[in-house]
Amino acid sequence: MIELQHLSKCYGGGKAQTKPAAGQDRQKPDQPGDQAQKLAGGIQALNDFSLSIAGGCLYGLLGPNGAGKTTALRILCTLLAPDSGSVTVAGVDALANPRAARRLLGYVAQEVAIDKILTGRELLRLQAALYHLPNAVRDRRIDELSELMGMADWIDRRCGSYSGGMRRRLDLAAGLLHRPRLLVLDEPTVGLDIESRAAIWQVLRELRNQGTTVLLSSHYLEEVDALADRLAIIESGRVIAEGAPAALKASLGGDRVTLRVREFSDEPEALRVQQLLRACAGVRQVVVNRAQGFSLNLVVEHEGVIEQLRRQLGEADLPVFALAQSRPSLDDVYLQATGRTLNDAELALAGIRDAKAERKQNMR
Amino acid sequence: MTSANPSLAPLAPAAEPSAFVEISQETLALTRRLFLQLQRRPTTLVAGVLQPLIWLILFGALFANAPAGLLPGGGGYGQFLGAGVIVFTAFSAALNAGLPVMFDREFGFLNRLLVAPLRSRSSIVLASVLYITSLSLVQSLAIMVTAAALGYGWPSGAGLLLVLATLLLLVFAVTALSLGLAFALPGHIELIAVIFVANLPLLFASTALAPLSFMPPWLSWLASLNPLTFAIEPIRAAYGGPVGFSTVVLEAPYGQLSLGTCLAVLTLLAVGLFVAIRPLLDRKLN
Repeated sequence: MIELQHLSKCYGGGKAQTKPAAGQDRQKPDQPGDQAQKLAGGIQALNDFSLSIAGGCLYGLLGPNGAGKTTALRILCTLLAPDSGSVTVAGVDALANPRAARRLLGYVAQEVAIDKILTGRELLRLQAALYHLPNAVRDRRIDELSELMGMADWIDRRCGSYSGGMRRRLDLAAGLLHRPRLLVLDEPTVGLDIESRAAIWQVLRELRNQGTTVLLSSHYLEEVDALADRLAIIESGRVIAEGAPAALKASLGGDRVTLRVREFSDEPEALRVQQLLRACAGVRQVVVNRAQGFSLNLVVEHEGVIEQLRRQLGEADLPVFALAQSRPSLDDVYLQATGRTLNDAELALAGIRDAKAERKQNMR
Repeated sequence: MTSANPSLAPLAPAAEPSAFVEISQETLALTRRLFLQLQRRPTTLVAGVLQPLIWLILFGALFANAPAGLLPGGGGYGQFLGAGVIVFTAFSAALNAGLPVMFDREFGFLNRLLVAPLRSRSSIVLASVLYITSLSLVQSLAIMVTAAALGYGWPSGAGLLLVLATLLLLVFAVTALSLGLAFALPGHIELIAVIFVANLPLLFASTALAPLSFMPPWLSWLASLNPLTFAIEPIRAAYGGPVGFSTVVLEAPYGQLSLGTCLAVLTLLAVGLFVAIRPLLDRKLN
């Protein structure tokens, strides 16, 4: 359904490339492999990004803000031309024939651009004309979607008075108006209340069940875990892991265990416990978590290991304050693939992003 | 979860209607949006009529006691000023054409248009041109009616056509300029600054408020090269009485300007500006 092959995109680097090796550029140290590499004053947003998505599935792009998700989606939706690579949507070459690709897809952008002076219905009518729907079809679709999204009470009010959830629902309706075969959503539930989020999730699931391919980006683990049939983890502008959530988790193997011998332990004791645990058969990756009161994180191969752990701790006269066991989570998958948790990746990127510059990039 | 909700099933693409049908549908919808905005926020329209009206009344009064026969073509100052204010109204209105486009760029609404399968991206430009042309013509007409009510005259049938044609050419040219600026400048602050700076000097350095004979040579040169003058003089002539294309409407420092020359220059300007902004629009819209 969707084939993205070897996409590369560098922001702001075009000028630097046309006048190579200016003195200032040369002094900048190279930072290979770093997040959002700086290249001669530009930012490498996508770096050999390849993704293949089968028709009829609900696909999630997971990654921290700034990993390149939005850039990939904007290229797919023909809003941005890649520096290199190819984009195919349902057999249509989107770079060579963008108009045919646009007809196939609906796009719900991250920052909802709505004309505040128009009512929701007027906005949908405008959207319908841009997709060349006949008036009869238009009015029927607006009624259907209004009911589906629960917009009937406020669709004739001006958009300026809408809440975030209402805007997002209206925008989703606008994306669905022409019944696209592929719906692309960029962070569809960021900043939404629980109720609106649940409503949008429900609609997306139903869409998938009716045969629409849905591609969404998210930096919420929970969202991707709950919705996606398959997912790709995006980091530094490339896909670093891909598969069904359950399969990705299962591939990690074992259960995650968090052990606290007392509520707040100290380093010598934690190290002693670590030694003890490492000696146990069926225990892997014992890590002392200093940030969480010197608790210990470990992976156990099977259920029986826990009993054995308890026995050994008792023999060594160590108490057990808490012992929590869980199946591998999507966060563990992310951790395994990138070497850090999604939360930490978010924090690391938050410092180097320039929101204003990014808005300028998106401006045409 | 309802298992068979037909409203969510994707639709197979139907046969494509003709380009003309699709482009008209897009353009009409986009123009309609601009008029809905105007209808709900009529401040621009009101201010656009009010400002030249104040010019007309205040300036007309300021020079009401100017000695008769001082101005070319006889008549009082009010009548002389009328043509200038009509052109100034259309000019100011058209100069604002880029503002809605700029706001669409800044707020990302343009992305919504660009992700849609528009048959032609020219629809976006065409909608702006249609909107601004009708808006500025309505404003100019309001000024003409007021001027007539103040006793400054009304052109004959053919003269009225000439006034409309001249205004249209000027509005096209200025709209092209403004749309070009809306895509070339980084934001609305810069666009408003350019509009602000361009507006009054262009008015003063034209024959809107005073004839060339009142000006020092350098200013009369400027005024007789100013595109506004090329619109003002034909309209002034239309108010003055029957004219033909060869009628001389201005004694410029570099020679006589006929009505036909004025219209030809305005046409060239309008066409030239649209051709000039074309590559910019193509780059920004594709």
